[in-house]
Amino acid sequence: MTVGPITAIQPPREAPDQAGVAPFGPKPRRISAGRIGIYAFLVVAALFFLIPVYIMIVTSLKGMPEIRLGHLFNPPGEPTFQPWADAWLHACTGRDCNGLSPGFYNSVKITLPSVIISIICASINGYALTFWPYKGANLLFGLLVFGAFVPYQVVIYPLIIGLSSVGLFASLPGIIIVHTIFGMPILTLLFRNFYAAIPVELFKAARVDGAGFWRIFFYIMLPMSVPITVVAVILQVTGIWNDFLFGIVFAGRSNWPMTVQLNNIVNTTTGVREYNVNMAATILTAAVPLLIYFISGRWFVRGIAAGAVKG
Amino acid sequence: MQKSWRHRFHLPAVIGTIPMILVALGVFVIGIGFSVLWSFTSSKLFPTYDFVGLAQYRRLWADNRWLVSVNNIWFFGLMSITCNMVFGYLLAVFMDQRIRQEDLFRSIFLYPFAMSLIVTGLVWQWALDPNLGLQEALRNWGWSSFSFAPLVSAETALYALVVAGIWQGSGVTMAILLAGLRGIDEDIWKAARVDGIPTWRTHVSIVAPMMKGAFATAFVLQCVGVVRVYDLVIAMTGGGPGIATSMPAVYVIQLITVRQNVGQGMAGATMMLLPVLIVLAFSGILLWRRNRLREAGA
Amino acid sequence: MAQNGTSVSIQDLSLSFGVVTVLETLNLDVAEGEFIVLLGPSGCGKSTLLNCIAGLLDVSEGSIFIKGKNVTWEEPKDRGIGMVFQSYALYPQMTVEKNLSFGLRVAGTPKDEIAKRIARAAEILQIEPLLQRKPAALSGGQRQRVAIGRALVRDVDVFLFDEPLSNLDAKLRAELRVEIKLLHRKLQNTMIYVTHDQIEAMTLADRIAVMKGGVIQQLDAPQTIYNRPVNRFVAGFLGSPAMNFIDGQAETGATAAFKTGNVSIPLARYAFDAAGNSSGPCVFGIRPEHVALGEAANAMPFAIDAAVEIVEPMGSDTLVWTKLGGQNFSFRVEAEKTLRNGEPIRIGFDPARASLFDSQSGNRM
Repeated sequence: MTVGPITAIQPPREAPDQAGVAPFGPKPRRISAGRIGIYAFLVVAALFFLIPVYIMIVTSLKGMPEIRLGHLFNPPGEPTFQPWADAWLHACTGRDCNGLSPGFYNSVKITLPSVIISIICASINGYALTFWPYKGANLLFGLLVFGAFVPYQVVIYPLIIGLSSVGLFASLPGIIIVHTIFGMPILTLLFRNFYAAIPVELFKAARVDGAGFWRIFFYIMLPMSVPITVVAVILQVTGIWNDFLFGIVFAGRSNWPMTVQLNNIVNTTTGVREYNVNMAATILTAAVPLLIYFISGRWFVRGIAAGAVKG
Repeated sequence: MQKSWRHRFHLPAVIGTIPMILVALGVFVIGIGFSVLWSFTSSKLFPTYDFVGLAQYRRLWADNRWLVSVNNIWFFGLMSITCNMVFGYLLAVFMDQRIRQEDLFRSIFLYPFAMSLIVTGLVWQWALDPNLGLQEALRNWGWSSFSFAPLVSAETALYALVVAGIWQGSGVTMAILLAGLRGIDEDIWKAARVDGIPTWRTHVSIVAPMMKGAFATAFVLQCVGVVRVYDLVIAMTGGGPGIATSMPAVYVIQLITVRQNVGQGMAGATMMLLPVLIVLAFSGILLWRRNRLREAGA
Repeated sequence: MAQNGTSVSIQDLSLSFGVVTVLETLNLDVAEGEFIVLLGPSGCGKSTLLNCIAGLLDVSEGSIFIKGKNVTWEEPKDRGIGMVFQSYALYPQMTVEKNLSFGLRVAGTPKDEIAKRIARAAEILQIEPLLQRKPAALSGGQRQRVAIGRALVRDVDVFLFDEPLSNLDAKLRAELRVEIKLLHRKLQNTMIYVTHDQIEAMTLADRIAVMKGGVIQQLDAPQTIYNRPVNRFVAGFLGSPAMNFIDGQAETGATAAFKTGNVSIPLARYAFDAAGNSSGPCVFGIRPEHVALGEAANAMPFAIDAAVEIVEPMGSDTLVWTKLGGQNFSFRVEAEKTLRNGEPIRIGFDPARASLFDSQSGNRM
C-alpha cells in the first residue's frame, strides 16, 4: 500500500529481451541519468559537509613540520597524538598554559545544572499553561515566545546590571540563571505543545480522584513526559555546551566555558600558530555535542523539528 | 461561575510558574524597557539617567562601522537565507527519492548543526586560510596559479561567512522541509501521476505550495539565526578584515564591553529589535485575519 | 448492462515487496461497462491491486490489459484511466476549476476543449456553483464530487475508485452511493471500486470480487456471493448481522445429516458442491433472516425447540439470540414481535438455504 512518488522500492530487475516480447512483469528499468544525477548531487553535497572536518582530523594528527609542507588532504605520514595531549593540557590562552581541560570542566559545571533547572521550570510552565491557565497566563506565554525571537543584545546589558546588583554577575550561578532564562521560551513551548496533545480526560479523571496541582504533575504528567524530556535534554545540552556569547559575558574569567577557551587559544596565540594543536582543541570542543548527536540519532532530528514548530 | 474563578487563580499554578512570570515580565518586558530607556541617555560604562533625546541614534547612524554592519547584515541575511533555503530544499527533494543510505546522508548533512558556531567558524577559517587551506592544497597539487582566499579580502569575506553558515545550517532546513515533504498525502502524488503531471511540475505547482508551513518554519529559524549571528563572525573573521564583516550583534557587544558606550550600544540594540517587532506584529495581524476569515467561513 | 468485450484484463498478476507477497497470481477480467467491486478487509491487497491497474505500482509478475492493449509498462496517464482517492487528493491551492483542468492543461489540450469538458463534468456532478472555490471551502461530499470530476474530465474508459466514501459520515455515504450508481448508469463506463464496506459492495456491484491475503476468494454477482459463498471467510465477511456458524459433523449414508450435540439436521435438501467433500467435521452456516419462528418454523424441513436468551431490537427488525446444540445462534423477527427472555420458542429453517464448510479448509461442501 506504500507507493512512492517516483518509483517503487523494488530493486531494478534484469530487463527482458525487448524484441517482440509482450510487456510482462515489472517495467524494465534502466539505470537512468536522473538516478545518477541524484546520487551525484548527494555525494557532492556530502563531500562539502565532510571535507572540512576531514581536514581537521588529519591535520590534528600531523606534526608541525608535516603541516608546513602544505599537503592538506594527505593522511598523516607519522600519526601523533601529541597535539591532542597538548590541546588538552598545555595550550596557552594568554599567560595561562593549562590547555582546554579547565574549560571542559567549566562547561560541565555550567551545563549540568542549567539543563536540569531549565527543564524543571519549563515542564512546570508547560503543565500549568495547559491544564491550569490562570488569568494572564497566556499573555505571559506570549511574552515568553516573543523572547524567543528577541536579539540577545537587547537583553544582555540589563541582565548584566541586574545580576551585578545581586552580586551574581561573572559567577557560576549567574551564568546558570542566564541559560535558564534563555532556554525557557523554547522549552516551555515544547512542553506546552506536548501536554496539549495529552487527552484532557486524563487530567479531569485525576481531578475527580481528588488530586491537586502538584500531585497530578508528579504522579501523572511527569512519568508521561519522558520522550519530550529526552528531546529537551538534547536540545539544551547541545545548546548550552555550544554557547559562546553568554559564557564570555556572564561566566567570568574563572568559569569560562570550553568554547570561550577554544576561541582564546586559537584566535589570540602569539608567535607560531600551532595548527595541529588548535584543530585538536576544536575537535575536543565539538566532541560532546557530536557524541550526543550520533548517539541520539533520530531523537536529535525530532528535537530540531519540535523546536522549530513555533506558533 | 465560582468554579471558573477558582480555576483562574489557582494558587499552586501561580507559584509553580513564578520563574516564568519573572522571566517574561522581568527580562523580556522590564529588561527590554530599560535597554530602550538607556538608549536615550548618555550612559557610558554605567547606566545613567541623563536623557539626551535621540542624540545616541544620530551618533549611531553617523558611525561608519554601524552603517557597514547594517549593510552587512542585510547582505548576509539575504544571501544566506536564500542559499540555505534553495540548497536545503534541493537536499530534501533529492533525499525524498527513495535513495539508499538515507540515514547516512541525513547524518552527514545534519552533523555540523550539532557543533558550536565557534567551531564552525574556526573550521572554515582554516579551510579558507591561504597558507594552509584549499588554496595551498590545490597549489601543491600542481595548480600553482590557483587563488582562493576569500577571508583576506574585504569584498569576499562576507561570502565566506555565508558558506560557513550554509555548512552549519542547511541540514536543518533539509530536515524540516523533508518532514514537510513526507507529510504530504501520498494520494496527491498518485493523483498527479494519473493526471500525467511531470514530477518537477508536481513539485513546483502542487507540492511546494502545500509546504508553506514547513517553509515558514525554516525561514523563521533562519531569520532568528541571522539577527543573532555573533559567534560565527567572532571565530571566523573577528569582524575583519578591518570592519568588513562587522555585524550589528558584534557592534553592540563591542560598544557595551570594549568601547564602554552603553547609550549608543543600547541605541544599536533597539535598532536590532525594531525589525523583529515589525515582523512579529505583521505576522500577528496575518494570523488574526486568517483566524477571522476561518471563523467567517465556518 | 455489461456489453460485449473485455475492458480490463489482469493476467497472472503478482506483486511482492521483498519477501512479502501482496498479490498472488491473480486473474481478473472486467467486461466493458461493468461495475466491479473489490471487497475485503484492510490489508487484503484490494487497494494494491487497484494501484497496479492504475500503474501507480510496478507489478512483479504478470500483465495488465486495458481495452485490449497491454499497458503493463505504461505510465498511468497513458492507460486511459481516471482515479478517485479516499482522501480526495485535491490540489489545495487551486480552485475547483483549476483542479479539474490541471492535467489537461499540462497535456496541452486546447482551451475550448478543456472548457467544454469541465462544463460537462460540472453539469453531470452539479458542481457548477463551486467552480471558483478552493477545496478548503468545500464540504466532504462536495470534495468527493470534485474528485470524481477530475476523473471525469479525463474522458477515459475506466474509472478506478479507491475507497472513495470512507472519509464521509454515514448519511452522506448513503447519498453519494446512490449518486455513483446513477453516474455509472449515465456514463456506462467500466468502474472498478475498492471498499471494505459490504453494503457499498452489494448495492453498487455488477460483480463483487471478495479478496483475502492477496487472492480473490470469490468473484460473482452480489446475490450469488451472499447466498452461496464459496468458503467460510466469504460467508462471514458478508451479511450483517453475521451468518450463524455451528460446529459439528456431516454424515453421509442413507440419510445425509449434520450432527452437533444431540441435534441432527437433515441435509437431503442441501445441494452439495460437486468439488467439495460431503462428510467429516464441518461448519454449518445459516443466515439469521432465513430462520423462521413459531408456526412458520413447523412448516420448515427442520425445526427445534429453543429458549430466548437475549433480544436486540434494531428498529426495523429484532435480532434474537438463543442456543442451538449448545452454540450461540441468532435469528431475525419482525419488530412487532415481542419476546421475553427465557421464553420457550420453536425455530426452524430450510437446509437448502444453508451453507456447509469443511472445518479444515473452510471451503464449501
